[in-house]
Amino acid sequence: MILFPLTVRGAQTTRRGKVLVGPVDLDLAGVGATVVMGPNGSGKTTLLRLLHGAARLTHGRIDWACTQAEAHSAQAFVFQRPVMLRRSVLENLTYPLRLCGTSRSVAQFMAEDWAARVGLDAMLDRPATVLSGGEQQKLALARAMIIEPQLLFLDEPTAALDGRATREVEAVLRAALASGTRLILSTHDLGQARRLADEVLFLLHGQVLEHSAARKFFEAPATLQARAFLRGDIVE
Amino acid sequence: MGDLWAGLSEAFRLLVTLDSDLVEITLRSLQVTLTALAIGSAIALPLAAFLAVRRFRWRRSVIAVLNALMGLPPVVVGLAVYVLLSRSGPFGVLGLLFTPSAMIIAQVIIIVPLIASVAHQSLRDLWSEYHDLLISMNVTQSQKIRTLLWDARRALLTASLAGFGRAIGEVGAIMIVGGNIEHATRVLTTAIALETGRGDFALALGLGFVLIGLAITVNLCIHWLGRTEQEGRW
Repeated sequence: MILFPLTVRGAQTTRRGKVLVGPVDLDLAGVGATVVMGPNGSGKTTLLRLLHGAARLTHGRIDWACTQAEAHSAQAFVFQRPVMLRRSVLENLTYPLRLCGTSRSVAQFMAEDWAARVGLDAMLDRPATVLSGGEQQKLALARAMIIEPQLLFLDEPTAALDGRATREVEAVLRAALASGTRLILSTHDLGQARRLADEVLFLLHGQVLEHSAARKFFEAPATLQARAFLRGDIVE
Repeated sequence: MGDLWAGLSEAFRLLVTLDSDLVEITLRSLQVTLTALAIGSAIALPLAAFLAVRRFRWRRSVIAVLNALMGLPPVVVGLAVYVLLSRSGPFGVLGLLFTPSAMIIAQVIIIVPLIASVAHQSLRDLWSEYHDLLISMNVTQSQKIRTLLWDARRALLTASLAGFGRAIGEVGAIMIVGGNIEHATRVLTTAIALETGRGDFALALGLGFVLIGLAITVNLCIHWLGRTEQEGRW
């Protein structure tokens, strides 16, 4: 199944009459990492949720190369604040596999493999809720990656993490990119954007102000607002 | 005070001698209440989870009614079940009136709203925590319900124990539909009511202490089996 190209036309989501994001026009191709940037409250999270199908599309269209249902099942989402199932680390990892009917033994094998990849192999039997913030985010990332999604959304995945945990998460993301997983992540960490981005979406007040290749965006941003944002000014 | 002491020593005597009547009605109490608890939980817990995950038009009203029904007067439930099961009632042909089955039916009706309401509170909180994740994972309605029921099992145990407490101490409904027939439908609570009416306070109190001891023992056993208050926060 092929997800991309993704075509977004006039997409908008509103809540109680207030436009949270949109109208957005967007064309995304099928490789690399798209980094969504913008100040707090610019609608990064909502845009990701909208593309993922977790926020209501009130106007416009979002078209994948396949059906919406097929597209949704080939995606995974990592939240800014990781949601831990009240189960052990191992059971958190096997949960999405068991949902789609993977046998217990295969699921267990894959879970152990992924736990090792994110450095949680010593904690398989610990309750997920007692892990530290960094460990929880790594677990959430592994749990999202374990179903081998074609497209992974990450909403500020390292916002609450220290340098070391951030480096570990980024290593997993780089490996995912190398194996062909499409990433769409939001961040307001400029350094992270420079390290990971192939292309950048610059968002302000729920509108996409810029959509360009990463190198071009960082070297010669087209809009005043993006220039100010990159300088570190407060953009309103 | 004298009556209380007499009651205590009577309870002690009944227990030590393993009085055959006492054993019989205690076992019946347990049988009726535990059966009602199992059936009630099987109905109430999935219902509570369903109400937590499913948005439908009358959801709020259903929850409000369920909460209100926690205070359902047992005597009225007993009366209603009696009318339904009596020979001239719609279920009269089943011949269930004045049997332990009738008592179980009445107790199920009494405890389902209680268990469902208490369970719904904790399932609703868990659902708000899990909502985004499970929606993102494309989880079906029944998978959602199963996930919530499993992950909230400790809290649900508390809900069920509340139901057990209500059922084991209940007298009004089972007196009406069971009839307090010796060797057939007599249980601890109805026996206490009977002995009190007959003026045998020592025996009534003795049975009362046995009842309290039974309730505490069952609670402790279930807690111990469920290993509550161990293994982390939940």
